Amino acid sequence: MFENLSGRLKEALGNITGKGRLTEANIKDTLRQVRLALLEADVALPVAKAFIERVRERAVGEQVAASLTPGQALIKIIHGELIALLGGDAVELDLKARPPVVILLAGLQGAGKTTTAAKLARRLQEKNKKRVMLVSVDVHRPAAILQLEKLAAEIGALHCASSADEEPVRIVERALAEVRQSHADVLIVDTAGRLHVDEDMMDEVVAVHGAARPHETLFVVDAMAGQDAVNAAREFDERLPLTGMVLTKADGDAKGGVALSVREVTGKPIRYLGVGEKTEALEVFHPDRMASRILGMGDVLSLVEEIEGKVDRDKADKLARKLRKGRSFDLADLRDQLEQMLSMGGLAAMLDKLPLPGGVNASALKSDAGEKQIRRQIGIINSMTPGERRHPKTINGSRKRRIAEGAGLPVQDVNRLLKQHLTMEKMMKKMSRGGMKKLLRGLPPGGVPPGLG
Amino acid sequence: MCRCRWILALPDDRKQSGQSPRAGFLSRLRAKLNAKAGWLGQDLRDFVPGGRIDEDTLEELEARLVMADVGVSATSRIIAALEKRLVRRELGDVDALRAGLRQTLLDILEPVERPLVPDSSQGPFVVLMVGVNGAGKTTTIGKLARRFLSEGRTVMLAAGDTFRAAAVEQLQAWGERNRVPVIAQQPGADPAAVIFDAYEAARARGIDVLLADTAGRLQNQQGLMDELTKIKRVLARKEPTAPQEIMLVLDAGLGQNALSQAEKFNDALGVTGITVTKLDGSAKGGILLAIADRLAIPVRFIGIGEAAEDMQTFCATEYVDALLDGRTANREGAHS
Repeated sequence: MFENLSGRLKEALGNITGKGRLTEANIKDTLRQVRLALLEADVALPVAKAFIERVRERAVGEQVAASLTPGQALIKIIHGELIALLGGDAVELDLKARPPVVILLAGLQGAGKTTTAAKLARRLQEKNKKRVMLVSVDVHRPAAILQLEKLAAEIGALHCASSADEEPVRIVERALAEVRQSHADVLIVDTAGRLHVDEDMMDEVVAVHGAARPHETLFVVDAMAGQDAVNAAREFDERLPLTGMVLTKADGDAKGGVALSVREVTGKPIRYLGVGEKTEALEVFHPDRMASRILGMGDVLSLVEEIEGKVDRDKADKLARKLRKGRSFDLADLRDQLEQMLSMGGLAAMLDKLPLPGGVNASALKSDAGEKQIRRQIGIINSMTPGERRHPKTINGSRKRRIAEGAGLPVQDVNRLLKQHLTMEKMMKKMSRGGMKKLLRGLPPGGVPPGLG
Repeated sequence: MCRCRWILALPDDRKQSGQSPRAGFLSRLRAKLNAKAGWLGQDLRDFVPGGRIDEDTLEELEARLVMADVGVSATSRIIAALEKRLVRRELGDVDALRAGLRQTLLDILEPVERPLVPDSSQGPFVVLMVGVNGAGKTTTIGKLARRFLSEGRTVMLAAGDTFRAAAVEQLQAWGERNRVPVIAQQPGADPAAVIFDAYEAARARGIDVLLADTAGRLQNQQGLMDELTKIKRVLARKEPTAPQEIMLVLDAGLGQNALSQAEKFNDALGVTGITVTKLDGSAKGGILLAIADRLAIPVRFIGIGEAAEDMQTFCATEYVDALLDGRTANREGAHS
């Protein structure tokens, strides 16, 4: 599906002709494809429509810079609008208030509130050096309170005990007293999951909100949610109101268009992404990364990044300088390259952009060079000592076995990586005699993919 | 095809005392699917000014389908089918459009309407519940336990979610409520071992249905998917036909990722049934259509509320009629 859309979009982009200016006529097809891509990514239909309209208004009549094709210019506009809509820069929680700072989590059933409460507590403890107390007012789901209590113990946070026979508002009042007494900095209130159409339950959360008077009220929303999430977000925002959002289960393969929808509807920033099962798996939300993901076009968008000069030139320059000085391309450099490739959506995406010679079977290369493969290679290099990375020649049989064991892979994989590196090193040496820097600039970011050397 | 057509013969199934639980469920389903800014909540007529059906009407319908999470490709197919009817001048008025749409949706959904009938003649009938985190697996087990008990079957639960904090206790709470035994081990135990033990216990006690919980997992986490295939493998060693049902639990609020879930869980395990939960939100569960269109996995149950009776066997005509018939809901209010 995603390949289809991305393919269709690229085709549409290629068809934009009439270089020099974007017109209603030459962007129509592309915008239609973008609209479909947004819908497939679960962006709510009204939000997708409004978005496309804004892009159209900005694009029509736009003078295309000499260095760009009209298609690239359009993508640049789309990407820019996406980032703007998602909220520009990352916004962390505002904790600058008189302690105890109260944070309330609300959302639908199964969104991941309880897990998020624990993750957030852990983050505030470790990154912000706060003392955090957790309390659950979920008197509805069996064992929900116990779940939070166990998580609190696991991360070493304070926990205010509550029971399923208590009134949620009473629990909050008690927790507020307890948090003051214990001199904790932050109180995180975990509420029961509820549907936004359930009047009684919405009244309950409003009452809890009133009693807790939270400094931050976060709407926890599943990255896999569909079109209806906007209605839920709107309702919660109207009733509570919200100050931000947390997008959970973002480590899945959902494109997470819901981020765009809830952001547009509520205007509140997305603060964090939940990216795994463990309590440390909470990341600050980066609008630019999400923008690429929603359109599902890491490769197309990376072209834009190139245009905008956002590519990691520093590392490329550093490598070029190093090679000019006559030092060799070592395994640590290879790891840098691999990591850059990962951040660009893997080798497959890059291969699409490379002008491959006729005889090369691109699909065979792709299957072998997936993201998993790259991660494995990075894993192998990570299992080496710094010395081994600098001097690959010292890696003998027993070192290879240790490395393979460390990476959890067969020794053959280590051999293959070392051989690949050797080929690349030779190639780099050849290049460094010529204008290396110039050459690197001509290549896509990430340099030469291994295996093509 | 549909075993529940008799319900449609009921006059006007609003909430009345003395009606069958099934009919009560239908009227609640209807009201819920059309609550608030419903899908066709304002009725087909409202977006066919003048009653003329044309390309614009279909475009509007297309938008509604997309907003119900039916997805771009399934929607295109549905609209294409209607376009054919339009060209053949079969869509003369709103009623014809409604009938055409109804038939098109039924063509997709009727093949997947295959209720679950546990066969315990060869020992316990094992239902392995799988799904992503927060889909509602444990709650569904609680409701299914009640359902099977009311059908006169004996039930046992297996606490196969050994990962999430307090998941075992959550299942035990459901066990207590339904007075059915729960087989559990300590947190972090091997889920395959827990479920295997539970199977042994169920067989020894002559239990009819064993409902096995598992931890939620995202379908792209290969290691966790392998854990599920291990459960299946270990059970099969004891009884080749077990687990007889591998039930994927899907949240009705899911978007297009539900397709990926159905595909990947199916590839890994061979999903034999789907249960859709939380249809009582304003989500329409259109992913059902997308999945039925692509994969043809039987849909077993749909859930529209907290109560155990709010979980019922899936019936294609009921679901489609509830979606299409907004008039009941309008009259009952719930207009925002």
